[in-house]
Amino acid sequence: MTKLFTIVKRQGIIGLWLLLILGFSLASESFFTAQNLVNILIQASTLTIIAVGMTFVLLSAGIDLSFGSIMFLAGVAAGMLTTRGVGLGVAVPTILIIGLLFGLLNGLLIVRLRLIPFIVTLATFYMGRGLGLLLSDTRAINLPEAILQIGSSRILGVPVPVWIMILVVLIGHLILSRTVFGRYIYAVGHSKEKAAKAGLPVNRILIGTYAMGGLCAGVGGLVAIAQLGAVSPSFGLQSEFLAIAAAVLGGTSLFGGKGGIFPGTVVGAFTMQTIQNGLVIVNADPYLHQLVTGAVIFLIVWVDSRQNAKKKSLSLN
Amino acid sequence: MLELKGIRKRFGAVEVLKGIDLTVGSGEIVGLVGENGAGKSTLMNMLGGIYPPSEGQMSFAGRPFAPQDPADAFVKGIAFIHQELNLFPNLSIEENLLLNDLPTHHGIGKQVVSRQQLRQHAQVLLKRIGLDLPTSMLVGALTNAQQQLVEIAKAFRGAPQLIIFDEPTTSLSRHESEILFRLMSELRDQGIGMIFISHHLQEVLSITDKVVVLRDGELISQNATSSLTKETIVEDMVGRSMDKLFPKKRGEVSDQMLLDIRGLRGEGIGPLDFSIAKGEVLGFYGLVGAGRTETARAVFGLDPSYHNAIRWLGEDISHFSPAAWIKKGAVFLTEDRRVDGLMLGRPILPNVQLASLPRFAKRVLSRLSHEAIRGQVKVEVEKTRVKHLDLDTSPVAQLSGGNQQKVVLARWLMTHPKLLILDEPTKGIDIGAKEEIYDLINQIVEKGSSVWLISSEIEELLGMSDRIVVMNGGHITAEFDRRDFDEKAILDAALDRLNAEAP
Repeated sequence: MTKLFTIVKRQGIIGLWLLLILGFSLASESFFTAQNLVNILIQASTLTIIAVGMTFVLLSAGIDLSFGSIMFLAGVAAGMLTTRGVGLGVAVPTILIIGLLFGLLNGLLIVRLRLIPFIVTLATFYMGRGLGLLLSDTRAINLPEAILQIGSSRILGVPVPVWIMILVVLIGHLILSRTVFGRYIYAVGHSKEKAAKAGLPVNRILIGTYAMGGLCAGVGGLVAIAQLGAVSPSFGLQSEFLAIAAAVLGGTSLFGGKGGIFPGTVVGAFTMQTIQNGLVIVNADPYLHQLVTGAVIFLIVWVDSRQNAKKKSLSLN
Repeated sequence: MLELKGIRKRFGAVEVLKGIDLTVGSGEIVGLVGENGAGKSTLMNMLGGIYPPSEGQMSFAGRPFAPQDPADAFVKGIAFIHQELNLFPNLSIEENLLLNDLPTHHGIGKQVVSRQQLRQHAQVLLKRIGLDLPTSMLVGALTNAQQQLVEIAKAFRGAPQLIIFDEPTTSLSRHESEILFRLMSELRDQGIGMIFISHHLQEVLSITDKVVVLRDGELISQNATSSLTKETIVEDMVGRSMDKLFPKKRGEVSDQMLLDIRGLRGEGIGPLDFSIAKGEVLGFYGLVGAGRTETARAVFGLDPSYHNAIRWLGEDISHFSPAAWIKKGAVFLTEDRRVDGLMLGRPILPNVQLASLPRFAKRVLSRLSHEAIRGQVKVEVEKTRVKHLDLDTSPVAQLSGGNQQKVVLARWLMTHPKLLILDEPTKGIDIGAKEEIYDLINQIVEKGSSVWLISSEIEELLGMSDRIVVMNGGHITAEFDRRDFDEKAILDAALDRLNAEAP
């Protein structure tokens, strides 16, 4: 246990992730196989995509609890459109626009009404889910084969969901690290007051982060239903918490201004998915999954806060 | 270059500036001093374009000057360096320097930051202020002084002809301040005019060419610095002489030891031996970083430490914590009252009563007598002369720094402490409020309590202490009784090793 602690301390989340891979490989022969590693990648794609969106929101010192509802709405819309014979060329952009608009709405409510993000997105979480249930008659919608094909086909040997994940991570990372908008998010996340004093368009930046979040949730919803083939009334529930956990595991601060998508959030999401996958492979009690996930979050946050405390006491002297 | 004539400013019925005439030439550093509320900020805010004067004319570089807003004032050549730095520690130096004007690529990438241009621009700005650091460093990794310099470098995005420094040295050590002053004299040689606002009169005397004193919205004096002394400036500021500023009463220091510390060691300090007698004011002098605050924190149980013996009124104390000290009657007012000491968003009443609540309740869950508490709070607030509107609605954040400090003092005086540890109690507050705090310290020791006064202002310690202990590099390097006080010897003891270490 102490050894594990030192490794995590030194290598952070990446060290923990590698340890988990090592542990599961020793526990089961079928874990460290090309087939299973590709499986983990495919399974992690949805979580990684929405966690990228959540990273935008968290970096601006906000939070978005409505991700799961956005995914659900996107799924219901996909089901309604495609079962009525609308082609994917129209349905897919529509789904993305729904996600984007939902995020924009969150951002506008937060900025214009000056309400705290937690409350606003808690309200839109219920409203989004309610609207979805109303539209779907609280029935599961089975999706046509065409959508499932997105989930199962491959380009250059790589599954499409993984391509989409790579694309989202790449674009997200470039936006955050290279664009004016991205750098402004860090400034606003550190202090809205200072950012306003420096003449930055704080409100537009904030709305932008929620729009990015909504868009990513829409993409994530699409990737998820393309693998599931159906939209159940509980689709997407609690996804926002998984996304927050992945981002925080990857080192993004809930207080804003600190963290990033690559490697941070990506490794965070992969770690969570590795735990899920590994526990299934070693035939662990399904109830154990959430306990282990919770324990890992504790471990990482604890190590992180201890290191911060140490740095603080060092800088005092 | 800058000329103000008959400037008046009214807020509602209150006239805060009553006809100010002021000139600043190019290559001239003008010191602007006065108590808080004298009108310095109001005057500077008009120059900085935050609001216009009610009456009077401003002209700058030979033309009438009426800035629309801060951005306009900046474009016209006036840069305002505010006391609180507007920097983002999580961004790099170059990003901070050019934040609202990040250079981007052209065409399709016009939202993408051009790292190369950013670096080049930033390097030009850093060169201007003589800071030799990689521009991609995070600002959070810089020292206070370096951050201050980065803030100043931001001014050179434009072509400033006049720079206003609002208390730039408050968070700097002496050595760091000197770096700033060196830069200021370089800028003076380049023909840039500067206005330097500071409570540190020694600094004002050493760097400025001219000193302007404001009092109650009026310009009291405007003299060449060479003709001034600290005493004459203080007289102009407060309208009376400096002896009255440190009204040290020759109280009785008892032979009985209140606190006796042997072999205290903490991170970066010790071993230290010192003691405080009943009714004594013990001054602790040293440079920033000498270990004074660390010593107090270790004694109070805020940081880990080791010791051979700690005696309180002759009794051996092996285990201590802040809560245990407060129970015994020792309290600690930290340097940063805004962060550590106050609930800024709440009014005076809850802030003052906080430490005394247990005294008003018999058991943890028994009811509090709000009237009794309120009455006592009122007494303390009056005793400490907190200037306030009301006790229970206006948040203390609205009070001036001096009054906030008095609120913290009132809270602890209400607990009748035997020992008051004061860490820089007068930092950043005006002379009038300082005087009242000195007065309170005198009252406290007159009643037989003791004060451990940590300060970077040597005059304050000379004026107030019965004994001064000097720290340097984590050790006690000298100790002076009141009759042996010698400013030069004290400074030597504080600076000694630092000078030896310097190349």
